[in-house]
Amino acid sequence: MSTLSISRPAVRRPFTRRRKSCPFSGKSAPQIDYKDVKLLQRFISERGKIVPSRITAVSAKKQRHLSKAIKRARFLALIPYLLS
Amino acid sequence: MSYYECVFIARQELSNTQAEQLADQMAEILSNNGAEVKNREYWGLKNLAYRIKKNRKGHYTMFHIEGPSEAVKEMERNMGLSEDVLRHLTTRLEELPEGPSIMMQAKSDRGDRGRRGDRPDRDRPPRSDRGDRDDGPRPERAAETTDA
Repeated sequence: MSTLSISRPAVRRPFTRRRKSCPFSGKSAPQIDYKDVKLLQRFISERGKIVPSRITAVSAKKQRHLSKAIKRARFLALIPYLLS
Repeated sequence: MSYYECVFIARQELSNTQAEQLADQMAEILSNNGAEVKNREYWGLKNLAYRIKKNRKGHYTMFHIEGPSEAVKEMERNMGLSEDVLRHLTTRLEELPEGPSIMMQAKSDRGDRGRRGDRPDRDRPPRSDRGDRDDGPRPERAAETTDA
């Protein structure tokens, strides 16, 4: 029985993730607006918290606009502060 | 002239016409102070995401205003005084967006979606229990009847 020689480098770069592009950077990117509840709901967790940009791959500048819009929408009771 | 966008919520006890009149008063205050309401939208009686001053629903109205800041300040003062207005938020814009806002577009396309969704489910028979019944009687019961 021929011995199987596994010659693979022992250490592999752990958990490589391809860089996702920012959903707001393209030409046809949607405008961030506190009235657009459907768009904002894509960026809040099911508890109603703002999802961090390292998960949604949103650029820092757009993440700041997004969080301001979410806070305004919360103030106007368009989206809840928390979903118990 | 600078552009402003003001959204305010009127309490639910008001009827639609009273909410419109409240909006008219605010527009009148603006025009008295030299501002102009470019666009005005009434989003209707919507459910609030949480209770504000014991109200679960509220009449949402939006203004697009062009004019000096004194007029907007005066309007804000009046909104704060009036107890019909539950909450108001005025933001400064670089330029006024044309066309209806996202709220109105959402309302218009929701209208024609209609009842397309639920019709097919009701016609199709529930699949799960139909399958079990066709297996016929269980084998051991058949055995008992033959012994007796």
